[in-house]
Amino acid sequence: MQVPILKQRDYLIASIQSALTDADLLRLRDDLVEQVGRFRSHGVIVDVTVLDVMDSFAVRTLSSLARMIRLRGAQTVIVGIQPEVAFAMVQLGLTLAEVQTALDLEEGLAYLDYLAKRSRGGGAGRGR
Amino acid sequence: MGAERAIPILADADIVLARQEGRRLAAALAFSSSDLTVIAAAISEVARNIVEYAGRGEIVMTLIERNGRQGIGVVARDEGPGIRDVHLAMQDGFSTSGSLGVGLPGARRLMDEFDIASEVGRGTTVTMRKWER
Repeated sequence: MQVPILKQRDYLIASIQSALTDADLLRLRDDLVEQVGRFRSHGVIVDVTVLDVMDSFAVRTLSSLARMIRLRGAQTVIVGIQPEVAFAMVQLGLTLAEVQTALDLEEGLAYLDYLAKRSRGGGAGRGR
Repeated sequence: MGAERAIPILADADIVLARQEGRRLAAALAFSSSDLTVIAAAISEVARNIVEYAGRGEIVMTLIERNGRQGIGVVARDEGPGIRDVHLAMQDGFSTSGSLGVGLPGARRLMDEFDIASEVGRGTTVTMRKWER
């Protein structure tokens, strides 16, 4: 099952639509790493709202995705981790600690906008 | 009672199938949605272990009852290379495959009962149970 990737402004938004196999997850990672260059995107959002389980492989793949995207000069935010999924992840010992997360798509976009504003302003924007 | 599902584990897509079937089976009992997710996550990890280390195996899930309490039993069985040091394999962060090494110890934390039997050259059997609260 291929994950649709939407381009919105400077960002790529991958909305997962159903349960993903390991192969699907690796393909999503590779597609995003490639497209972030093709579209010169500054941010990537992966929406996992529909996932009812995040196991060790999913977490490992999303972590490597975020690191690769970062090496390509963009930021990644994972959005939509459900309460039960978060509960099971913590019990499994999976924290996704090095990856930025946000409650939902709206919060994820707001976070990327904040990062963009901060880097454009170069620290000169605030309070003037 | 006695409902049972057996899922052959041959490829990564079967991991998804096994955890979905497990969730569906357990949903017949009075598990919370958190518990259903926990059960599905544990099944995912033991199924993943089969794919990564043995290549093929089977997961059998059964609705069970003990002392008037209902639950789900999961048996993950393979005839792979087996685990040389089960104690070591159950340590957090131990992995011979480059994975995170949380699978088996994580599954043990998620379930109420967890047992692993392994013999080098013969295979591995993981037995886990989760009971209704």
